[in-house]
Amino acid sequence: MQSNKLGWILLAPTLVILFFFGVLPFIYVVYVSFHSWNPFAANPDMVFNWADNFRRIVFDEEFLNSVGVTVMFVFFAVLSELIVGYFLAQAFMKEFPGKAIFRTIHTLPLIMAPIIVGSVWKLMTTPSIGIIPHYLDEWFGISMNIGTSAPTAFATIVLMDVWHWTPLVTLTLIAALVSLPPDPFEQAQIDGANKRQIFWHITLPMIAPAVVATVFIRLMDALRTVDEVWMLTGGGPGSATRFVGVHIFKEVFPKTNYGYGSTISVIVLYLTIVACWLLYVTMLAPRTKKKG
Amino acid sequence: MKKQNPIIGIIFWTLVSFLTLFPIYWLFVISVKPAVQLFSTPDLILSDPYWGNYAKVWGDRLLRSYMVNSLIISSGNAILCTILGFFACYALSRFNMSGKESIFFWTITNRMAPPAVFLLPLFLLLTQVYAVGEWNLLDTRIGMILVYCTFNLPFAIWTLRPTVDGIPKELDEAAYVDGASAWKVITEIVFPLCRPGLAVTLILTWVFAWNEYLLAATLTNFNARTLTTGLSEYVTTTGTEWGIMATISVFTLIPALIVFGLVQKHIVAGLTFGAVKG
Repeated sequence: MQSNKLGWILLAPTLVILFFFGVLPFIYVVYVSFHSWNPFAANPDMVFNWADNFRRIVFDEEFLNSVGVTVMFVFFAVLSELIVGYFLAQAFMKEFPGKAIFRTIHTLPLIMAPIIVGSVWKLMTTPSIGIIPHYLDEWFGISMNIGTSAPTAFATIVLMDVWHWTPLVTLTLIAALVSLPPDPFEQAQIDGANKRQIFWHITLPMIAPAVVATVFIRLMDALRTVDEVWMLTGGGPGSATRFVGVHIFKEVFPKTNYGYGSTISVIVLYLTIVACWLLYVTMLAPRTKKKG
Repeated sequence: MKKQNPIIGIIFWTLVSFLTLFPIYWLFVISVKPAVQLFSTPDLILSDPYWGNYAKVWGDRLLRSYMVNSLIISSGNAILCTILGFFACYALSRFNMSGKESIFFWTITNRMAPPAVFLLPLFLLLTQVYAVGEWNLLDTRIGMILVYCTFNLPFAIWTLRPTVDGIPKELDEAAYVDGASAWKVITEIVFPLCRPGLAVTLILTWVFAWNEYLLAATLTNFNARTLTTGLSEYVTTTGTEWGIMATISVFTLIPALIVFGLVQKHIVAGLTFGAVKG
C-alpha cells in the first residue's frame, strides 16, 4: 500500500475547489445570517442583531408552512418516482423488440433544463391556452385551473417532477437489477416462494443500497428545486407550492432581505444535512462497508 | 431473461413513450406557431408549421455565441469534474486517510445549499476576491466552469465511488509489484477499467451544467452568457414571447440529444458492467 501522502495529493484539487467555491460562500452566508441587512431599504447597512433572525424564524408561519409543503412534495414525488421507476426498470429487464429505442425515449426528459420543463408545463396547463385544461374540459367536462386551485397546482408540480426525474431513478435501478446474482432467485423459486415474497425478501434487500442512493440524490435535489416551480406557479396559488427554495428566492429577490434570507438558508441547509446524514448513516454506510 | 409476448411490451412502451414525449412534442408545436395563433384553440395535430421563429433565433448572432459559451462551459466542467472526481474516488477507495468517510460525506453537502442566497457571496468572491488587477472571474467561462464544480464535483464523486470501489485492489498491488509507478497504475490500469462509470458520470455532469440557469443568470452578463439564460431575455414587460422561448428551448435540446446519443452505448455498457463483476 502506498503512503497516504499520495491519497491527499489526489484529493487536493477537489478540496481546494470546494473550499474556494463552496465553503467560503457558506461562511459568508453564516456571517450575514446574524445581521439585519436589506441593501435597498432606507438603512442599507448591515446591522449585527445577535440571533434575532433565528428567533424570528421559529415563529415565522410562512417559513414553517413552506417546510411542510416541501416535505409533502418530496414525499409524494420521490415515492411515485421510486414506484414508477421500479416498474419501468423491471419492464426493461425483459427482452422485446425496439428496447434500445424505448429506453432512449424514456431518458429524454432527463436532458431537459428545469427552466424549460417549467415553461413547457406552464404552456400545457395554463387555463384557456393550455392543451390539458382545454381537452379535460371538452372531453370530460372537468375544469382544471392551476392558478386558483391549490391541490391542482400541487399535483401538477408533483406530476411534472415525476415526469422529469423518473428516468434517473429507472436508470439507477436498472443498473442495480442487472448486477444481481441469479442464484438466490433460482433457489427461492425452487423453494416455492411467490412473486411478492421474492420481492420483499430477496429483491428489495439486495437493491436497497441503490434505492437509498437514489432517494438520497432525489431528496437533495427536490429540496432545492426552484427553477421549475418558479416558472410554473411562482409558488402560488397562495402558498400552495411555495417550497423552501422558492420561499428563500422570494425573500432574497423581490424583498431583498439578505440577512433573513441567509438565516433561512442556513437553517434549511442544516436540516437537509441532518436528514441526509441520518439516511446515510443508517442505510447507506453500513451496507457499503459490509460489501467492501 | 424472461420471455414474454413481444406485442404487450411494444404496446406498453408505446404508451409510456407517448406520455414521455408529449411535453417535448408540445414544445415543438409552440415553436412553429406564429404569435397570434398561440392563444387560439389548441390543436393536437400540427398543421401549417411556421418557421419564422427558427429563422429569427438562428439569425441571432448573440444566441449563437451563447450556444458556444454553453458548449465550452458544460464540456469543460464535465471533463474537469469527472477527472478530479475519479482522482478523489481513487484516493478515498485505496488509502486509509483519517476522516476520509467524513470528507466523502462533506463533499455532497456542497450540493445541498439552497442556491438563491449563495448567489451574492459567489458574486462578491468572483468580482473582488478572485481578481488580479482589472481582471476578475465574473462573466468568464473559466469562472463558470469552477462555480459549477460546487454541485457537479460532489455528484461525480458519489456516482464514481462504487465503480472505483468495485475494481479489485489486487490489480493495483500486482502492478506495483511489477514496478509500475502510482501514476501509471491510476491512469493506465484503473482508469480504463472504470470507463463505463466514467461515461455515465461525464454525461450526467454535462447535462446538469448545460441546463443550469440561476447561477448563469446572475454570474454572467455578456461574455460567458449561456443558452438557458438567453431564454429569460424573452420574458419582457410587454409580455413573454413564448414562440421564441420554445424555439430556443428546442435549440438547447439538440446538443444535449447529440451528446446523449453519443454515449448511449456506454451507458448501456455502464449498466451491464455491474453484471460482469457480480
